Amino acid sequence: MQRVGVFVCWCGSNIAGTVDVQAVSEALKSEPGVVFSANYQYMCSQAGQDMIKEAVKEHNLTGIVVCSCSPRMHEATFRKTAAAAGINPYMVEIANIREQCSWVHKDIATGTEKAIILGKAAIAKVNLNTPLTPGESPVTKRALVIGGGIAGIQTALDIADAGFPVDIVETKPTIGGKMAQLDKTFPTLDCAACILTPKMVDVAQNEKIRIFSYSEVSEIKGFVGNFDVTIKKNARYVKEDICTGCGACVEKCPMKKVPNEFNLGMDNRSAIYIPFAQAVPKVATIDPNACNMLKNGKCGLCARVCTAGAIDYTQKDEYINEKYGAIVVATGFNPISMDKFDEFAYNQSKDVITSLEFERLTNAAGPTAGHLERPSDGKSPKTIVFVQCVGSRCDACAEKGKEYCSKICCMYTAKHAMLTRDKYPDTEVYVFYIDVRTPGKNFDEFYRRAVEEYGVKYVKGMVGKVTPEGDKLKVQASDLIANKQLHIDADLVVLAAAIEPDKSARPLATMLTASMDTNDFFTEAHPKLRPVESPTAGVFLSGACQGPKDIPETVSQAGAAASKVIGLLAKDKLTGNPCVAHSNELMCNGCSSCEKVCAYGAITYENKEFRMPDRTTKIRRVAVVNPAVCQGCGACTVACPSGAMDLNGFASNQIMAEVDAICK
Amino acid sequence: MNNQYLREELIRQSGVNPKKCMKCGKCSATCPAYDEMEYHPHQFVSMVESGDIEPLLQSESLYKCLSCFACIERCPRGVEPAKLVEAVRLSAIRKQGENRMTANDVPALLDEDTPQQLLVSAFRKYSK
Repeated sequence: MQRVGVFVCWCGSNIAGTVDVQAVSEALKSEPGVVFSANYQYMCSQAGQDMIKEAVKEHNLTGIVVCSCSPRMHEATFRKTAAAAGINPYMVEIANIREQCSWVHKDIATGTEKAIILGKAAIAKVNLNTPLTPGESPVTKRALVIGGGIAGIQTALDIADAGFPVDIVETKPTIGGKMAQLDKTFPTLDCAACILTPKMVDVAQNEKIRIFSYSEVSEIKGFVGNFDVTIKKNARYVKEDICTGCGACVEKCPMKKVPNEFNLGMDNRSAIYIPFAQAVPKVATIDPNACNMLKNGKCGLCARVCTAGAIDYTQKDEYINEKYGAIVVATGFNPISMDKFDEFAYNQSKDVITSLEFERLTNAAGPTAGHLERPSDGKSPKTIVFVQCVGSRCDACAEKGKEYCSKICCMYTAKHAMLTRDKYPDTEVYVFYIDVRTPGKNFDEFYRRAVEEYGVKYVKGMVGKVTPEGDKLKVQASDLIANKQLHIDADLVVLAAAIEPDKSARPLATMLTASMDTNDFFTEAHPKLRPVESPTAGVFLSGACQGPKDIPETVSQAGAAASKVIGLLAKDKLTGNPCVAHSNELMCNGCSSCEKVCAYGAITYENKEFRMPDRTTKIRRVAVVNPAVCQGCGACTVACPSGAMDLNGFASNQIMAEVDAICK
Repeated sequence: MNNQYLREELIRQSGVNPKKCMKCGKCSATCPAYDEMEYHPHQFVSMVESGDIEPLLQSESLYKCLSCFACIERCPRGVEPAKLVEAVRLSAIRKQGENRMTANDVPALLDEDTPQQLLVSAFRKYSK
C-alpha cells in the first residue's frame, strides 16, 4: 500500500472561491492510503512546495496527490518537487479542481462535492502508480531542410551558422523558390533577386550545407534525433560535379519550344536548360519529356558541344540514405489554378494573367525583358484592371476557392499598381478590392502612397465578369460606394489568385506523421506559443507551408525554426517520455490492430521464441513498441483486442480505479 | 407586418443566410439587369438583413431580376442573392392575392426559341 499525501490548493480565490478547500482536505483524509492531508493558499509557490517536501520526509510519503489547476499548468512543477524530495516524479497525480471544477461551478456545495470526487479518483490512481524512468536516445547532429525557397535557405543558413551540417532537398533544378521569380519586394521595393541571390550563393559556398536539387524525399523512418531518410536524386542527365554551367549546351539544343516553367509558360526554353542566370547549383538539366536523344536516341548535340564532358544520357535516378536529428518542412506555396473561374476569362484570353505572371512580365530577366507588354500582341497596355481576392475568402461550401485570406495579395497588388503608374504614368490602373488589408510595418503607408501619390484608382467592389472582345477585355464590375455598375475596356486584367500549399506537402506530412489542417497547411504544435514546431517531435515548420506569409514573416519564422533545430541538435541525448505504451507479449496474439492505429509508426513486430507448458518452444509474432517514437496517445491500448497493450502511467487498471472512485 | 417578422420569413423561405455576405459586390458586378434595377442584388442582401424591406416590396426591381442566377453562381460566399430576390417577390405577389401564371398557360408559351429555364423561372415567379 502507498503512503499518500494530499495537498489541496486554494489558488488564491480561484479555487477557494467556489470550493471549500478545508472540507476537501478533511474528506480526503480518510481515503485508502492517505496518511496526510492539508491545504494551502498557493501550492505552486516556494512555500507550498516546501510544505510538500517536509510532508514527504515527516510522513514517509510514497505518493502525492495535488488538487490544483490543470496538469498542463503545474504537473511539471510538482514532479520536480517530488524528485527534490526523493520520490519518483511519476508518483505524483494532479486532480484538476480549477479548470474542471471551480471555474465551471458557481455553487460552493456542488463545487466542493465535485472536488472531493476528483481528489478520490486521483488517490485511487496514485495507489496503483509505479515509479517510471524516462529512456534516453542519442541525437544525430545533422538537419534536413525540405524545400529550397527563401524559408529553406534562411533556415539552412542559420543552422549551418551554429556549426551543424544541413542538407537541403529541392524538387526544382535550382534553389530560390518563388522569391527568385519576383521582381520587386514590398514595401521597400528592393529588387528580389538582388537580396535573394547573395543568400543562394552563401548556401552554395557554405561547407556545412549540401544541396540536393532536382531531388525529393522518398522515405522517412525513425524519430526525433534519429530520422532515417531516403532522398531520391532524379536523373538530370548531367554530371553535377563536372558541369561548369557555361550554357553552351543550352544554346546549341535544337529543341527550343519547351514551355518555360520559370516564366510560367510565357516563353520557351530548350530541352537542356538552366532555369535562370543565377541558378544554384548552376548546372544544366535535361528535360526527359522534351529531349530527342532521351526519347528516341536521335540528337546528342549537347554532349558534342560540352567541353567538360558533363552530359550523361545513361544517368539513372539515385537513392541516398542519410540520418538526421531534425527535419524542417519548407515546402512553400503555389497560386491556385484559375480553371474554375470562368467569369474572369483566364483560359480564354492571354491578356488575363495572374499576379505571379505579372511579376515575370515586369521582371528585367522575364520574357519581355521587363517591358510591360500584353502577352497576346506585345502592345503596351493603357488600361489595367487588378482584381483582388480571386479564390480567397470563399465560403467553405463553395466549389471553388479557399476559405482563408491569402494575406500577401493586397500588398503585392498595391506594389504592381504603384510600379505600373511609376513606370508608365499614362496607364490607367484600377484595383477592385473587397477590403484592403495592410497589417505590417510600413504597409498601410505603402498602399496610401499608391493611391495618393501614384493615382491608382482603388474601387470598393468586385469584378463580375471579363469578356474578350476584339483586342479589348470588357470588364463588368461593381462600384459599391457609388452604387454603380462599371464597364471598363481593359487591355490587361491581373488576377490576385489565392495561394495554396504545394502539392508535395500532403504526401510529405504522411511520411512525417505530421498533422495538417483541412487546407493542407501544416499544423503548429501551439498556434501562439509553439508556432514553428509540428506536434510531431523533431519536425519543424518554416514559411508558407504553415500558412500564407510574406517574405519578412517567412524569414523570421525560418530563423525561429532554425533556433529550435539548433536547440535540439545541441543536446547529446534526448530524454523521452516514460508514459508510453508497452505490450505484454504473453497476451499479444500478433493481430496488427495496434500497428494500424498507431499514428506515429511506433509499433513493429518481431518473431519471438516462447517456452510452452509442455516444454516445447514455439515462435510467435508479437508487438514491440519503440519508446522513443511512442507519444503515449493510448490509441493502441483501445484497439488491442486481447488487452496486451497498456500505457505506462495511464494503465487500464488505473483508469478503471479512477472511474470506480468517481462512481462510488 | 413587422419588419423583423418579415425578415425571418424571407430568410426561412429563401434558405439564404445574409450574414454570410462579405459585401464584395460580385453579385451586382455580375448582374445583367443591373441598370434596370433600382435596388441591386447586393442591396437586397443588406436591406433584408437590416429589416429595411418595405422599399424592396414597393420597387419594380423585383420584376427586373431575370432569374439568371449569375449572382448565385459567382458569389464567393454562397449567399445566393437571387433566392432572396425571389422570396421578396413572392411575398409581394402573395399580398396582391392573384396568380399571374398557371400551369395551363405554359404550353401556349412553348416554342423552340424560348429556353425552358426561362419558363420554369417565370412559372415560379408568377405562380405562387
